[in-house]
Amino acid sequence: MRPELQKLFRMDKLPHIWCPGCGHGIITRAIAEAINESDLDLDKTVIVSGIGCSSRAPGYMHFDTLHTLHGRALAFATGVKLANPELNVFVLTGDGDATAIGGNHFIHAARRNIDLNIILFNNNIYGMTGGQYSPLTPTGKIASTSPYGNPENNFDIPALAIAAGASYVARGTAFHDKLLIDCIKEGIKNKGFSLIEAMSMCPTSYGRRNKMGNAADMLNDLKTTAVNINVAKKLPPEKLEGKFLIGKLHHKPYPEFTQEYDKLIAKLQKGAE
Amino acid sequence: MTSKKARLIQGNRACAEGAMAAGVRFFAGYPITPSTEIAEIMSEELPKLGGKFIQMEDEIASMACIIGASLTGKKVLTASSGPGISLKQEAIGYACMTEIPCVIVNVQRLGPSTGGPTSSAQGDIMQARWGTHGDHPIIALCPSSVYECFTLTVTAVNFAEKYRTPVYVLMDEIIGHMREKVILPNIDEIKIVNRKRPTCPSNEYKPYQIDETLIPAMADFGTGYKWHVTGLFHDETGFPSGKPKVIEEQFKRLMTKFDKYSDEILSWEETEAEDAEILLVAYGSTARSALDAVNILRSEGIKVGLFRPITIWPFPEKRLKTLAEKANKIIVPEMNYGQLILEVERICKDKASVGGLFKFNSLPITPEEIMFKIREVL
Repeated sequence: MRPELQKLFRMDKLPHIWCPGCGHGIITRAIAEAINESDLDLDKTVIVSGIGCSSRAPGYMHFDTLHTLHGRALAFATGVKLANPELNVFVLTGDGDATAIGGNHFIHAARRNIDLNIILFNNNIYGMTGGQYSPLTPTGKIASTSPYGNPENNFDIPALAIAAGASYVARGTAFHDKLLIDCIKEGIKNKGFSLIEAMSMCPTSYGRRNKMGNAADMLNDLKTTAVNINVAKKLPPEKLEGKFLIGKLHHKPYPEFTQEYDKLIAKLQKGAE
Repeated sequence: MTSKKARLIQGNRACAEGAMAAGVRFFAGYPITPSTEIAEIMSEELPKLGGKFIQMEDEIASMACIIGASLTGKKVLTASSGPGISLKQEAIGYACMTEIPCVIVNVQRLGPSTGGPTSSAQGDIMQARWGTHGDHPIIALCPSSVYECFTLTVTAVNFAEKYRTPVYVLMDEIIGHMREKVILPNIDEIKIVNRKRPTCPSNEYKPYQIDETLIPAMADFGTGYKWHVTGLFHDETGFPSGKPKVIEEQFKRLMTKFDKYSDEILSWEETEAEDAEILLVAYGSTARSALDAVNILRSEGIKVGLFRPITIWPFPEKRLKTLAEKANKIIVPEMNYGQLILEVERICKDKASVGGLFKFNSLPITPEEIMFKIREVL
């Protein structure tokens, strides 16, 4: 690891607990690269997570880190950020953590447009508990709790975040790591709720059951299924069937919650003088 | 905010003012009867003090939110009632495990489930002790007057800070909504306790250090200590550990950390208890009726006394045991199907006969009902 990245990690806690071939390590590095290139005050940066494979990432990162409860990371992070808006707050979460058990917190944090940087590791499965279907397991796919194929529909996470009020929404993948770093950096710059969906892969609990080959095959799938939004704009709809978009999907800055609250305090305290 | 003049205020207002007097500057909550006034007052007053109020999307989130805020060094509070307190249990357990100071006000209403939103009850006594899963320590304080809603909320905030723990203020609807004349203390008369913060270099900091105090120092997020907080079992450094020896050592410290400070934590009030042949054990609003019954019956020459636990958890066990040695009979009136009586029976079973007077129909227990019960056992 390069020395400038080493200082962002708790080197004594590595190697990580993720399975061989897991995409989460690439995404975690992308987060570190983005933080490194964003010139943030490392003492004033807090990383919050919920429960699940992705949520173990903060334990390896050398910041104030808060490994919370399943689904509740955004509620804890809201407390951290509102109590001390000087802090840069990141939330690392997964598809199950953020959109199933944590779905309500997700839409409400977006609605407030609170300045949090959310990196949602989407591996399409509950990996930590051994491969149960999540709201992002594609319809028809096999999981340990959908042995006959997942009968449910998926969320479109960026669409959900945009509808709920997120001011910055982007998507990258474990293959398109450069793009992912750029998206995270842009999210950091955005003063408001920034959601970056990071497509990951889980060869152990998802790929294996669905005969998707090894980790390299799954990484290749990410490469071939993803279409950059700038390219997609020029393509006819039939060319985008079965594909997903990557890149900056939405950026519409508007007043941020903790700044607005601080304005209220200033107004009330001035009125009292 | 407070002044030395007499005021007629509600228990919920006294609680909110006590919290702010103790230094609470962060509140997260969700509307619920009969505790909502506390949130309403906090939403109005906190921003004037430079503090923050947030109405979260649910009760789970509001509990999580105050824990996050506490980690930045703020003194924090949430308030709710039965159904909301049930939802908060997950994060209360997290605060117990990670030892994050916070105060939870429960203005008890009739339960279970939606129960009776505007009816008083004392049915959450055992929930306060064992509501979240797994063994854990907890402190619960039980006010019996509007004045105590103020003073005990101050104490709760101080205890949370000093002992790095969640603390309940266990009110009931009658206490929360009752208006009484009070003369509240001035700010400069209030004892304020702040959490112990580390002074060592960051690379030497152990957020769960086992030393003679049993209460480790806690660093504010954003001050360079870069520590890790997790609900997993963790070692002295805060990082997950599955080693049986580590789990046992940390568990022991967690479960015994209040014992060392029991002289300071345990509080109770006695009325004519020393020579009582019949001893009432009553708390919250019920203790007010019990006090009336004691005064009336004493005037008739009947040796009745009252033991009112103010700290419900941990329970002031030693003192009750001593009193039970003199009393023949103990009566526990409570607005539930019999909860604190289980603890009283455990403590007194070899010393005195223990009987209950339970009422769970939404009405308060009257002094007459208590006197009737006493005459029955005389």
